[in-house]
Amino acid sequence: MVQPLLELRGVNKSFGVVHVLHDVDFAVYPGQVTALVGDNGAGKSTLVKIIAGIYGRDSGEYFFDGNKVEVHGPRDVAHLGVEVVYQDLALCDNLDIVQNMFLGREEKKRIGLDEITMESRARETLASLSVRTVKSVRQSVASLSGGQRQTVAIAKAVLWNSKVVLLDEPTAALGVAQTRQVLDLVRRLADRGLGVVLISHNMGDVFEVADRITALYLGRVAADVPAKDVNHSQIVELITAGRSGDLGISENPATASV
Amino acid sequence: MTDSGTATDTGPSGGPSAPAGFDSDNAQAVTIRDSAREYLDRLRGGDMGSLPAILGLVFLFIVFSSLHDRFLTTYNMANLVIQSGSIIVLAMGIVFVLLLGEIDLSAGVAGGACATIIALMLIDYDWTWWAATLAGVAAGAVIGLMIGSLVAFLGIPSFVVTLAFFLALQAIPLKLIGSGGSLRFNNEVLRGLSIKNVPVTAGWIAAILIVVCYAALSLWSYRTLSAKGLVHRPLGLVIIRIVVLGAIVLGVTALLSANRAPNPALFNISGIPWVLPVVVVLLLFWTFILGRTRFGRHLYAVGGNAEAARRAGISVNRVKITGFIICSSMAALSGLLAASYTGKVSPGSGGGNELLYAVGAAVIGGTSLFGGRGRAIDAVIGGLVIATIPNGLGLLNQASYINFLVTGGVLLLAASVDAISRRRRSSAGV
Repeated sequence: MVQPLLELRGVNKSFGVVHVLHDVDFAVYPGQVTALVGDNGAGKSTLVKIIAGIYGRDSGEYFFDGNKVEVHGPRDVAHLGVEVVYQDLALCDNLDIVQNMFLGREEKKRIGLDEITMESRARETLASLSVRTVKSVRQSVASLSGGQRQTVAIAKAVLWNSKVVLLDEPTAALGVAQTRQVLDLVRRLADRGLGVVLISHNMGDVFEVADRITALYLGRVAADVPAKDVNHSQIVELITAGRSGDLGISENPATASV
Repeated sequence: MTDSGTATDTGPSGGPSAPAGFDSDNAQAVTIRDSAREYLDRLRGGDMGSLPAILGLVFLFIVFSSLHDRFLTTYNMANLVIQSGSIIVLAMGIVFVLLLGEIDLSAGVAGGACATIIALMLIDYDWTWWAATLAGVAAGAVIGLMIGSLVAFLGIPSFVVTLAFFLALQAIPLKLIGSGGSLRFNNEVLRGLSIKNVPVTAGWIAAILIVVCYAALSLWSYRTLSAKGLVHRPLGLVIIRIVVLGAIVLGVTALLSANRAPNPALFNISGIPWVLPVVVVLLLFWTFILGRTRFGRHLYAVGGNAEAARRAGISVNRVKITGFIICSSMAALSGLLAASYTGKVSPGSGGGNELLYAVGAAVIGGTSLFGGRGRAIDAVIGGLVIATIPNGLGLLNQASYINFLVTGGVLLLAASVDAISRRRRSSAGV
């Protein structure tokens, strides 16, 4: 098997007395969409925030491109080429598309900002993702539809030649056509050789684009399997009960810990 | 709401069926007609900009000039320029905290306190005017640093922090001057800002230089943008903007360069009051900072969505603190201009209407109270509206209670326009 682009091994994380993640192993492969699934409270968001560098780890190792790396904050992670597209999008409504895509990393000229370079690069990136629904790169983000906003947020992540993109519930608030649009985009990202992580509650979306599925159950990895080896109901069982047939956690931790 | 229904229709439709291809967005707004339609769409969507202020200014000018024949004299117009100076500068500072979605209630008294420090440096320590001014602005910056730190690090609402500073800062002039006293403010340069004029020739040279530079910059940017196929204004609109700016700058210069003495045979008062170049330089500087620098961009981002800014790696606290520092430093300059106008500093300086005038000016000019929207020019246009009210009412010999009523009404009206615009924006999604 190819080497993972990004890999976490044996990650533990507690908030006070609550042990949120137990020895979690997680890997993202280049050119593949890895779906991260789990019920509310399973630890998906915590895991994403640890990957993003927002939370530290109590124990466990962080590998990037096969090398062990130390990450101390979101900037270190961004520097590695890992970008996170959050559920609530993190776009500024009062800024236009170009301004949002370069937010925090504006290009500078000798005096002032280099708007020409920024607009050209934003345009190239959107075109390379075959985004054709945006009227103008200078329209304010507030005027965009949900799907377009999601597209801009994803394009923002891709702009930086990133190698791994994490998408937190990208289709949660979208209509049918817009979901289609975003899933196509997710697939195109993976086809470009990026490692894509899709966090989703929607099993339809997961089975449509994912190559691998990692299921979390109460802070443990219940299964890490190729999507083609499992079916819909097995994944639902893994999410709700932590095991399904010979897949999953051998002993139910919820009852075992009592 | 019937409004939102029509407004939504004008918004772009999402999904793969959206008709406008991304590739064809170069074609956007190539004609003046398209630009005009786009502007109307923006207005309908609730993005009014400075339009209410400009209409208000025209309205006030028509009312006052019809009620009093001396309102439109060049003498009174020059007075208006001088009177509006300190309001405009204070409002420009306020724009920075409003952009953050915060408020600074202490800016007026901070200006008074800093003016006291400047006056003391001039009188007791014989400092030169620029050293004293620097000391005053530095004092303002320290005040801003304290306010900003309390807001950013402790998370106290800026309303409360600056209300406390509003009370506490009044102690500074009271202690330094003593109650009932006042300090003369008769430094030749600083007092001269209000009572002296730029030589007429120099005024004309500066005015022509501004127009030529603006024209050159806009045409150059038009050429670069259109050559690279980036979004740009149509050539016709660029030329219209140059002509309008040229007409305003040269018109004001011509007005102020004429002899405006009430008795022209005996005296000659002509030339641009020094306040105006000060305001223009500040306007150009802050416009550049807001529109063309990283800090400016981050200021808008923090005001628009602080969480998004934080996730983009922007230090939200640093941006907030800097915003408050700029506001209080500008308040110091505003206090200086106010002292220059009255020729003295007293313990009550800056404790009156100054702050509400300035907030009113910024909001009337088009800066949103909700953060993320506003420009430096808003302060100038709004400041002129606010300054016109006491000026015109003063000519009409109205009791000052009318002045309070009218100004309060105007502030309320501006805030209502802002709130309604915001609602329409969120329903129209502009």
